[in-house]
This record gives sequence, structure tokens and C-alpha cells, in this order.
Amino acid sequence: MSTSDQQAAPSRLAVPELLIGIGLLACAGAVAWQTLAIPVSPLYSKVGPTVFPYITMTGMIVLSLLLILAALRGGWQPEEEKETPTDWKAMGFVVIGLIANLLLIQPLGFTAASVIMFVLVCYGFGSKRTLRDAVLGLILALAAYFGFARALGVNIGAGFIENQLNTVIDAFIGMLRG
Amino acid sequence: METLGHLAHGFSVAFTPVNLLWCLLGTTLGTAIGVLPGLGPALTIALLLPITYQVAPEASFILFAGIYYGAMYGGSTTSILLNTPGESATIVTALEGNKMARSGRGGAALATSAIGSFVAGTIGTMGVAFLAPVVVKFALAFGPAEYFSLMVLAFITVSAVLGSSSVRGLTSLFAGFVIGMIGVDLQTGQPRFTFGMTELLDGVDVIIAAVGLFAVGETLYMASRRYAGKDEIVPLKGSLYMTKAEWGRSWKPWLRGAAIGFPIGAMPAGGAEIPTFLSYAIEKKLSKHKEEFGTVGAIEGVAGPEAANNASAAGVLVPMLTLGLPTSATAAIMLSAFQSYGINPGPLLLTTQGDLVWGLIASLFIANVILVILNLPLIGLWVRLLKIPAPQLYAGILVFATVGTYGISQSPIDLVILYFLGAAGFLMRRFDFPTAPVIIGMILGPLAETQFRRAMTISNGDWSVFYTHKLSLTLLTLAFIGLAGPHIWAFIEHRRRRGPEHVPGDA
Repeated sequence: MSTSDQQAAPSRLAVPELLIGIGLLACAGAVAWQTLAIPVSPLYSKVGPTVFPYITMTGMIVLSLLLILAALRGGWQPEEEKETPTDWKAMGFVVIGLIANLLLIQPLGFTAASVIMFVLVCYGFGSKRTLRDAVLGLILALAAYFGFARALGVNIGAGFIENQLNTVIDAFIGMLRG
Repeated sequence: METLGHLAHGFSVAFTPVNLLWCLLGTTLGTAIGVLPGLGPALTIALLLPITYQVAPEASFILFAGIYYGAMYGGSTTSILLNTPGESATIVTALEGNKMARSGRGGAALATSAIGSFVAGTIGTMGVAFLAPVVVKFALAFGPAEYFSLMVLAFITVSAVLGSSSVRGLTSLFAGFVIGMIGVDLQTGQPRFTFGMTELLDGVDVIIAAVGLFAVGETLYMASRRYAGKDEIVPLKGSLYMTKAEWGRSWKPWLRGAAIGFPIGAMPAGGAEIPTFLSYAIEKKLSKHKEEFGTVGAIEGVAGPEAANNASAAGVLVPMLTLGLPTSATAAIMLSAFQSYGINPGPLLLTTQGDLVWGLIASLFIANVILVILNLPLIGLWVRLLKIPAPQLYAGILVFATVGTYGISQSPIDLVILYFLGAAGFLMRRFDFPTAPVIIGMILGPLAETQFRRAMTISNGDWSVFYTHKLSLTLLTLAFIGLAGPHIWAFIEHRRRRGPEHVPGDA
């Protein structure tokens, strides 16, 4: 970490930090909007459901102003964090994987959607053995599904694969019981 | 002694074969997730919260406590061998532990942290058993105003004092308040912060918030930082048995660490960061081998902080069980597990849920024994977990994140909220905002609001209740000192020195 060249201009505007500060100010605005939307019965005028939201809003405004001030003074990111370039490709694949999971989990069911997400995320993180990842993802998703759904009774969206397997398992259990 | 009788009863609860199995499962799982970078006890317990629908409260709390303690043991392994502290409390362990591993004494570092954790964990758990009833007697005198002020103190310390920046810590806390307020107001039934969406009337589930911030956020962060240098695992060298000299150098730091860690952890504003740093500073000062600190690694610098870490973890359970006041993200999620059983942790918990609390405390003793057995001979096994390649590890984490959230209501809206919070978690990680205060604010915020409104209702809307009650005033003053003290101190130091201008912003 070399700070020698920084010393010359210590008060440089830090754009990402500024955006965060402004974003938080916008959040405070959303809090204000939603607080005003809370209908208050006159009975609770003093300590009603809006007092705490107003306190929160005030706090957020003060804090975002302090953050904006810090951003104007050069921000707070450590040098090494700033110097590391962001791997947009890897992040992109993770995001695509997440969105695919969101879109596919209802039509295809948990297991199939998970496998697709697993493969995409692995690829994003630099794994080149896609087929092996798919098999790993399948094993993991099935283990998770049956661990939670059958052992704990937590219903995670069943799709084609789960329904087929459930039928097989129920038939097997039925057979064992004679 | 009354406590001993309760404790004996607790052991009779904890020693049933089923509960022993839960304890074993929890400690094993806890060690594993402690070892794996990117996973922590808060996230794991959040993912396992659905078991509260199926399993008896005793069993699930024994499981959760096992995970909590286990993660403390496992976390030191990662710190020592990988130099990647999983959480802020193990930063100090990495300082000397990784240096020891590099100079071929990794075995001794792991051994002293495991045994030290056992010693301190046991002392800390005894502290919980004996201190909890005392705190309860004290807490029964609390009114809503005192409770609210106490929570303010906890908020300030947890977010402003412990982190690297008080502004960013408080920002996280306030974000948590906003998330916590989403849903129906419990006193008037008005919907708040729902943006007109019926899905938000029930509020945001703790599971979604924790999993989004910790799992999705962490995965996105790790993906974005793939260019950063790879962590290097130091191969485990040296005997796991400590030499006589190493024992001699370890036992005092263990005891000192426990003595520092437990009281600070047990304070309603506790946390593990301060005691670990304090213990490190003390050991460095007292050591006869100062030249080893920061060079080849000094065993005292591992033994003391590790002990302080575990003792404070035990201490955190005191305010959680007696006041319903969580001071760490894990404790906050455990509190929400209590809520999902319809149990309200607070001064009455010890009497109304005696089986649960004493069974839990007894199981903590058992967990410590299991952990030292699991960790010393099996350390080689745990180290192998570090070899799970990053792609499959993070992809797997995301699969489990889906299980945890989608399983709640099978609603894709929950996944949208999860990803939204994941994106927020990523930005927070990237720009050095602490995430734990979000969870604490989310769970403790509504409780603080309830106490606040109760106090105001009792006083007929007169704000003076908060500063005319002596205890409440004291707590608020402490909170103010916690917030403003460091700044005032820095100002005085600055004035005193009047030296060359310090470069700002290099935090």
C-alpha cells in the first residue's frame, strides 16, 4: 500500500462511495414516503406506529449525509480493495445462475433448477468440467431436497424429478411394509 | 446451591441419547462450517431454523448451541492454516497462529487453541450457569424505559464501537431497523413499509435476511474478487502434542483469556472482538518471548485470544437467555428460533422454561468435551475440508440458500427478496459495512420499539422517563460515551500532539 502519491491530493472525490451515500439518502426518502403512508389513528398520536419509523428516517438521513461527506473527502475503501479489479464475468455468471434458479424453480422444480444454477455458478468461478459439476449438483440438490423435504417436512418446490422419485420411494416403502 | 440442582437436572435432560446425538451433530456440523471459509454459525443456524417446526425446543437449541460452539473451534483452524479469519473474532488468532504454522508449529497452534477453547468454554459455561440466575434477579427490576435504554446501549456497542467505523456500523443497524419494521405493526395492526405488496405483510423472514446477506452476498463477493490473490493453505506440520514448554506458556493465557472474555461477552453490549484484542495485547505485554510476536509466531498470542473468544461466546448467552438481548448475529438468530416456538427469552425464561435453559447449559458442557475430542485427533480430517474447491463450495452454498428460503413459503417473491438482500450484502462486503448489525437491528429493533412505546404509554407520552429513571439514564450515558468517547479521545490526542497532520481516511 503506497500512500505517498495520495498525500498530494488527500481530498479526492470517491465516486462509488458517493453513490452509496446518495443511494442511502434515497432509501431514507423511501422510508419517509412509506412512513407518511402509515395511517395513524388519532388515539395513538403520541407513540403510534410512526414514531420509530421517523426516528429511523432521521438516523438514516444523518448517516447518509456523513457518508457523503466521507466520500467527498476521498472515501473509505482500503487501497488494496480499490486496486483489485472486479471480475465481472464471474459475477455475471453467478447472477445469471441466480436468475435462472428464480425463473425455473416453479416450472422445473427445485432439483432441476438447482442443477442449472450449480453448473452456471461453478462455471463462473472457473470450473471447466461442466458435466462433473452437473452430476455433483444433482447429488447435492437431491440430498438437500430429501434431507429437508422428507426428514424435516419442509416443502421445497417439487418438480418432475422429485415427484418421480417420491413415487418410487413411496412404492418402495409400501412394499417393505408388505 | 440452587444452581447445582438445576444443573444436575439440566444434565438429565442433555444426557438422553437423542439429545446427545443432537449435540454431536451440532458440534460436528459447527466445526465443519467453522472450517469452511465463508460460512458461519449465524448462517448455518438460519438455514436450519425450519427444524423448529418439527423438533422439540430442547433438541433444536442443543443443536444450535453445538453449532455455535463448534464454529468457534473450527474457525481457529482456518485462521491458523489459511490466514483467513472467518469472522472478526478470529482475526487475532490468525495473527500469531498463521505465523506459527509457517514456522512449522501449526500442530502446536491448533492444539493450544483447541485445549484453550475447551478450558475457556468450560469456564464460560460455568459462568453462564452461575451468573444467569443473578442477572435474572437484577433484570426483574427493569421497566420498559430501562429495557429500551439497555437496547440502545447494545445497539451502539454492537454497531458503532466494535466495527471499523461507527458511521458504517450504524448505517447497517438502521438498515436492519427498516427491514425489521416491514410488516404489520403488532400494536395497531397497521401495515408498514410494505409498498402495497401483500407478500410483505408478514415481514421479512430472518432466514431470508441472514441467508441473503451472508450466503448470497459472500458468494457474489468471492466471485467479484477472483483476481485477488489465492489463499494458501499451510500444510499441517509438527506434532499435535504440545511440548512441556508450550504447555507452560499456554495455561496462564488460557485462564487470563477466559477471565477477560467471559465478563465482556456477558455484558449486555458484549461481543468477541474487544476481549480477543485485549487478550492479545496483554499476552504480548506479559510474554517473555516478545521477539516471537509477529515473527515466528508466539503461542501465547494464540492461546489467550482463542480462550477469550470462546469464553465470550459463552458470555453472549447470558444477556440472550436472561434479557432476551442478543449481542451477536448468531444470538439474534437463536432469539428468533425462540420466537418461532412462541417462547420469549427474558427474565422469566429460567423459571418458565427450566428444562430448556438448563438442558441447554448442560449440553454446552457436553459440547465442549465432544469438541475437544473431535478436534484434536481428527484435525487432519477437518483440514481436508479446506481443500473443497471454491466453485463447488459456493455453488453448493447457493443451493442451500435456495432450500432455506424457498422452503418457507414456496414463493418466488422470497427468492427475489433473497437476491435483493444478497446484492445489498455484496455491496456491504465490498465497501466494508459490517453485516451483523443488520440482523441484530432487524430482530432487536422491533423489540426495542415495543419497549419504547410501552414506556411512552406508561408515562403518557412524556419523554423524560428515559432520563429521570436513574438506571435508564446511566445506560444512555454509557451508550453516549461509547459513541462519542473515541471521537473526543481522538480530538484530545490530536490537540495534545499538534504534530504533523495525519493522513485521513487510511482506516
